[in-house]
Amino acid sequence: MADDKKFGGYICTGCGIGERLDTDQLEQIALREGKMNLCRQHPMLCSAEGVQMIQDDIDNEGVNHVMIAACSRRAKVEAFNFPRVALSRANLREGVIWSRPDTEENRETTQEKADDYVRMGCAEVRFMEIPEPSGEQELNKHILVVGGGVTGMQAALEVAEAGYNATIVEKAAQLGGHMAQVYRRVPTRSPYVDPQDTQVADLVSRVMSNERITVYTNARVAQSSGAPGRFSVEIARESGETLNGSFGAIIQASGFKPYDANNLPEFAYGKTPDVVTNLELERLAREADGGPIKRPSDGKEVQAVAFVQCAGQRSDKEGHLPYCSGFCCTTSIKQAMYFKQQNPGCDTTVLFTDLRTPGAPGEDFYRAAQRKEVTFSKGEVSEVVSADGELRVKFKDLILNEDTEMTCDLVVLATGQVPNTGPDPYAAPLEAEDEEEEGGETAGEEATPQVSVSVESILNLDYRQGTDLPHLRHGFVDSHFICFPYETRRTGIYAAGPCRRPMDSAQARDDAAGAAMKAIQATVHAAWGQAVHPRAGDLSFPRFRKEGCTQCKRCTVECPFGAINEDEERYPQFNEARCRRCGTCMGACPVRVISFANYSIDTVGQQIKAVDVPDEYSEKPRILVLACENDAYPALDMAAMAGEEISPWSRVVPVRCLGSVSLSWITDSLNSGYDGVVLMGCRKDDDYQCHFVRGSAMAHERLSKVGDTLQQLNLETERVAVYEVAITDTKRAPQLINDMAKTVDEIGMSPFKF
Amino acid sequence: MSELNQQMIEQYRTRFLQEVEANVEEGEWVKMCMQCGVCSGSCPLGKHWAHPPQEIFMMIRAGKREEVLTSDSMWMCTSCYNCIVRCPRGLPITHIMHGLATYAKRLGLAPKNQPTAKFAQLFWDNLVKKGRVNELKLGLSLYFMNGFGEGIKVAMKQQAIGLGMLRTKRMNPMEVVGGHAVKDLDGFHKMIRKAQELEDARIKQNAG
Repeated sequence: MADDKKFGGYICTGCGIGERLDTDQLEQIALREGKMNLCRQHPMLCSAEGVQMIQDDIDNEGVNHVMIAACSRRAKVEAFNFPRVALSRANLREGVIWSRPDTEENRETTQEKADDYVRMGCAEVRFMEIPEPSGEQELNKHILVVGGGVTGMQAALEVAEAGYNATIVEKAAQLGGHMAQVYRRVPTRSPYVDPQDTQVADLVSRVMSNERITVYTNARVAQSSGAPGRFSVEIARESGETLNGSFGAIIQASGFKPYDANNLPEFAYGKTPDVVTNLELERLAREADGGPIKRPSDGKEVQAVAFVQCAGQRSDKEGHLPYCSGFCCTTSIKQAMYFKQQNPGCDTTVLFTDLRTPGAPGEDFYRAAQRKEVTFSKGEVSEVVSADGELRVKFKDLILNEDTEMTCDLVVLATGQVPNTGPDPYAAPLEAEDEEEEGGETAGEEATPQVSVSVESILNLDYRQGTDLPHLRHGFVDSHFICFPYETRRTGIYAAGPCRRPMDSAQARDDAAGAAMKAIQATVHAAWGQAVHPRAGDLSFPRFRKEGCTQCKRCTVECPFGAINEDEERYPQFNEARCRRCGTCMGACPVRVISFANYSIDTVGQQIKAVDVPDEYSEKPRILVLACENDAYPALDMAAMAGEEISPWSRVVPVRCLGSVSLSWITDSLNSGYDGVVLMGCRKDDDYQCHFVRGSAMAHERLSKVGDTLQQLNLETERVAVYEVAITDTKRAPQLINDMAKTVDEIGMSPFKF
Repeated sequence: MSELNQQMIEQYRTRFLQEVEANVEEGEWVKMCMQCGVCSGSCPLGKHWAHPPQEIFMMIRAGKREEVLTSDSMWMCTSCYNCIVRCPRGLPITHIMHGLATYAKRLGLAPKNQPTAKFAQLFWDNLVKKGRVNELKLGLSLYFMNGFGEGIKVAMKQQAIGLGMLRTKRMNPMEVVGGHAVKDLDGFHKMIRKAQELEDARIKQNAG
């Protein structure tokens, strides 16, 4: 393969590069040191002409490895897009000229920096291979939907409409889920005035009559294995029958379990049948079917009803839900209208602390209820007492700041949603918890979510890292509420609806559409051998040298996506389609046997080696910066655009994720005379920003022991610094590098220079 | 307490919100308040109010009839319209405050010796006589609002201003006897009487 490589170097002299730098010298470096077979300069490389020049070399000269020395690798991505070619980018614009002052005394160091970036770009591309699709999967146009509620049915319909087949597995005897019990739903179209039909029956009939959709009720997923494009699933039916199917992707729409109101004795739940939850009220409303709603105890027509918002929610009390379920305020408004519709004189009071009506109908629907004379009182309910056929609701009026009470016939508790999800693969085992209690130690890991009542597995995955989707918080299976909706931490398996985050049925239907699109995308990408989010389109995947593997299992444990299983011989089994290409396995491997075609220990290691390290007496230190290409690297680019100065001694190498950083890069660089190393990854805590969820956290854990390495080398521990950098840190990121330059200035140059 | 007040209590019992809606000018807006508190925060005199508008609305919904109607809060409103401009729900808060004050006065519940209430009465009485405000008479009646001795004192204090206005023909001393009226004074009086009749009929009907 190495013999087939033909290298072409291209230097852009536009955007001021030509004026600020000696590009002829850069060309010579690319040819002599960088060993490019040919090197050309162009005044505007990203123009149609410039791109054509490169394309001509690819077509006519057989160039298949291209080094472009121009702007940052994050700029002009569309222009410099050459399929089936290995490509590296030397960042001369943002990395050099824009982040260095244009003065005579800086000319020398600026040129040196550019020289090094060209050397690094050449070194990188020399060790790159052209990624080839794995060919492990074919296009499998069949999506499995776990859960036959509104979310699941909508997802199946979306999938079918896109020309794919869908199979719904529903554990109950009927489709519809909780929404099937609901009397009327919040309107979804203007005017948002009256509750409307839930349309669940319509949804069910559309699903049942769709020839692309297969429905299994009274069924569950007994086992699932494989990867996107080739999920192999065993569906067990109550009848004892088992079916096997192959699916391209999976959508988990397992919904929610209603919060158990028996945890709320203070609201007299369970003591009197006249205190009901919002879901139970739907049943009463269905029974009344437009007639007067009667209270369960004695059948009296309800003349006064109180809605207690946030019942057992948004509270840190034991057994309560710490979060807001999001749907209950609008639901209570809707239910108050049930009473008003039938009897305008009925006293309906909504006792709330913060009324939140998310979604399109929200504010208008709230107003409509106010017009119908539903009373909204800002009050915190402390107790409900049942006495003499009446209910007394004691609350603190938060506007008038006084304790007061009201009497009514019926109390509705606005209780929340508990996710119906499987056990968290990363939950601390029970024994460990006991130990913690005894030892009095507090672990950094999040405690097992108390609200997760379901311990029964939903997906029964045969993955090395557990049977179900990892929880994000409170048992919900998402990987980031804001940045990557529907994405879970298992590639090709998407979560939709209230198992992802609490929501109402309208949001669940939107969610279903989103997850269906994601599932189809995953299926197609798997067939093409490409990665999905966040490195969508990446063809490279991890490979390993089996001879070198010591079966230490770090890769299988550290993979944030559970992509790596073990084969019968206990070697890692990289399921390419399950991989997100972050490289955390590569960074974890102590024997450096894992690599990607275009990203490996060498592509970075050789860049580090390629840098010219001047001797100790030159007073020109070298600082290696390993920056996450998702956040820290663009932050540095943006800093350069804003004219922030970055130390002339720094040499920045972008990495796929800080998790992919191999400790060998750090020891090698220190051994070869670098004076400092700065590592920049993403935020790693509960509110993490790492695109690969756990990559940055893994890196921080590994690097926490780097101090020992430094001490062994007899180096100051300050020479290596690890930071969490956000994409918005355009002032701080350069400052961190400049701080390292200052530190090196104080503690002196590295003694390892030759 | 007036007889009308007793009738209203009988009529509405605990449904004070409905009473306000039916009898107070712009009262139908009270139910639309969403308790954000922007009105209270915007009121330049808010800190002098026992109950700022947000609280008044809450008290109405909570059925605190006596407390609301005997309160002097709505009498503190200076009609600056800050609250109306800022209310996200578009409630005509200033008008509601005046409406509540008027209704309280009609029921005989308005606080005694409330200066704004007194001024409002003087202004009204002055206005309806000739269909226009007689500034000289209104000024004088304000001086003597709190008794003869104090009236003299205030008048002496304002002497220089008064003389200045006379000199620049800003004030006609002859207005003190009679004063001039609107063109069709009879018509004006008829109009006021008719309006009063309509209003009384409405309230009477509401009182059952």
